[in-house]
Amino acid sequence: MTQYAAVLIFLGLGIGLVLVTFFVARLIRPSNPYQAKNQNYECAEKPIGSSWVRFNNRFYIFALIFVVFDVEAIFLFPWAVAFGQLGLFALVEMIIFICILVFGLYYAWRKGVLKWV
Amino acid sequence: MGIIKKLPVFVEKFPGGGLVTTSLNYIFNQAQASSVWYLLFGTACCAIELMATGASRYDFDRFGMIFRASPRQSDLIIAAGTITKKMAPRLKLLYDQMAEPRYVIAMGGCTVGGGPFYYDSYAVEKGINHIVPVDVYIPGCPPRPESLFEGCLTLQKKIKKQKIEDWS
Repeated sequence: MTQYAAVLIFLGLGIGLVLVTFFVARLIRPSNPYQAKNQNYECAEKPIGSSWVRFNNRFYIFALIFVVFDVEAIFLFPWAVAFGQLGLFALVEMIIFICILVFGLYYAWRKGVLKWV
Repeated sequence: MGIIKKLPVFVEKFPGGGLVTTSLNYIFNQAQASSVWYLLFGTACCAIELMATGASRYDFDRFGMIFRASPRQSDLIIAAGTITKKMAPRLKLLYDQMAEPRYVIAMGGCTVGGGPFYYDSYAVEKGINHIVPVDVYIPGCPPRPESLFEGCLTLQKKIKKQKIEDWS
């Protein structure tokens, strides 16, 4: 039970910290709302419609596939820089790694994710 | 309006209450002056100098100045470059959308008073003080990064002289 008490304390602290921050900000900030200030920020153009727009959930899948290339790039760059000292072992390792990622891409492709319907 | 604006009037009734006000002034001004975030707003060649100032060689970050891409997060708008009559209402709107307290630096001759376009142009605003209140003027065409530093340090000096009672 005592372990759960710690969770409760942290929960309370977490909520309390946010509330205190908001309260202090309310005390010290200048507040001067008017129409032009409350308007949507559209790079100083006149906003058209509301800012509560629904995004197609297909973007979510695209973002996931992007992660494949992202991870690949993050590992490839240091590997390429240090390739001279690493030798054959690193080359084989990297080929295996890329194969795994390419398999993921292939899987997504076969599932028809890359097609925009 | 923040409640804290009424604090000095209340506190200074007591003996030694001025100490509270001055210390609070110092803390707030120091905090504000050392984190002046500026809006990414470049309309002409001055923006190139502004970019150079923000980049690693001159390094604006030393003064606690980082660019922000949204006016909601910025305290300062550096009007870098010619403001045409068409751009003027947009500059006004951007200024309006910034969080208060907010400051304006007019960078370069065009924003100070029309610059090279003063005589022969129908399209250029002859100084942005016609549109928004300007805190610091930096002459030059365009000003070197060192001049921009000077202007920003002047603005920081101005911020450090603020009083809580005068907050908007």
